[in-house]
Amino acid sequence: MNTNSNSYTIIYASVIVVIVAFMLAFVSSSLKDRQDKNVEFDKMKQILSAMNITEVQDAEAEYKKYVKADEILNAKGEVVSETGGFKIASKDIMDDNLPLYVCEVNGSRKFVFPVYGAGLWGPIWGYVCLNEDKNTVYGVYFSHASETPGLGAEIATDKFQNQFKDKKVLENGAVELGVMKNGKVEKMEFQVDGISGGTITSKGVDAMLKGCLSRYNEFLNQK
Amino acid sequence: MSLFSKNNQETFFNPLSSSNPVTVQVLGICSALAVTAQLKPAIVMGLSVTVIMSMSNVIISLLRKTIPNRIRIIVQLVVCAALVTIVSEVLKAFAYDISVQLSVYVGLIITNCILMGRLEAFAMQNGPWESFLDGVGNGLGYAIILVIVAFFRELLGAGCLLGFSVIPQCVYDCGYLNNGLMLMPPMALILVACIIWVHRSLNKDLQEK
Repeated sequence: MNTNSNSYTIIYASVIVVIVAFMLAFVSSSLKDRQDKNVEFDKMKQILSAMNITEVQDAEAEYKKYVKADEILNAKGEVVSETGGFKIASKDIMDDNLPLYVCEVNGSRKFVFPVYGAGLWGPIWGYVCLNEDKNTVYGVYFSHASETPGLGAEIATDKFQNQFKDKKVLENGAVELGVMKNGKVEKMEFQVDGISGGTITSKGVDAMLKGCLSRYNEFLNQK
Repeated sequence: MSLFSKNNQETFFNPLSSSNPVTVQVLGICSALAVTAQLKPAIVMGLSVTVIMSMSNVIISLLRKTIPNRIRIIVQLVVCAALVTIVSEVLKAFAYDISVQLSVYVGLIITNCILMGRLEAFAMQNGPWESFLDGVGNGLGYAIILVIVAFFRELLGAGCLLGFSVIPQCVYDCGYLNNGLMLMPPMALILVACIIWVHRSLNKDLQEK
């Protein structure tokens, strides 16, 4: 057979494409459930990490142990729904659709807020855990899609995240928690040092904290 | 012709040393930099490449008589792209942590020059069994270098191996510090160069006149 004729080439290419397309569709749909489960487990681990619980083996069990409710709030700080906050993807977080995780660590109540924003190269996101007074940071977790290793990517390290512990969030009712350029911190109570060489990512974290936490302003100011 | 004839043995063992894809042909350097900061992703990357290379070699070798000459590169690409996507989906389902770490590099296997090189240079001319041996050999040759580089980078850079601390605390107490520079990509290049140096001084045939 002449494998160099035009019609053979076209038919060959079409058949290959159809076969490959079916294979990929089959694999993708048969593994979908498992993959979604993994993404959920990963989200649970991130939330737990904001509460300074790391090295989690069984994410689901630990999550159930510490997280008492995943509420949905509206902009006025009222609870709209007692459950369902976990299911809200970060792109669906809106002023009247704000997830809040109510947790309990060692007998005291904590609140975990999801935050998300933009770094230098791609999205950054995280979780901020506040104490019961809704003003003191208990722990944070940040992650990123594609920040520069050694520079912007340092936001995902304990060294950067531990700086946030015991910082205050609100000043005169507005969110003041943030990141300043390394060495330029003026308000020790609210600000942490940024990363040298990772200025744009640091600013991204600052904007992310202020922007996302401000949406909970009413809730944070309820005492 | 037996399964393990002298020729076939050479097909399998040559890529491990005298025609190693990384240190002799200097292919696939990009991924060697990217995934070798720790041992675990390096091992996974090495194994994934080995699996994908042997499978795509066999498939291309089976198809080699039917592939129209004019679109052969495209067909090779489609075959390994499909395999890579399947492996990446499977990793996401069964080894999520590793797939997060490998993230883009799994996709980059498609463009790994070793892969396309072997398909075009070997699988298009040889039978499935030889191609399989060639794929496994080249994959392992690549994996060995990755593992050696990752071993030194993780040991000297983080004081760990596979995530476990191996340098005892008393050494740190005496003033030893982890060398953070080892975790930066350029150090992988320098380590690869050191391996090439050792390899060539042991193997006189490789030295250029």
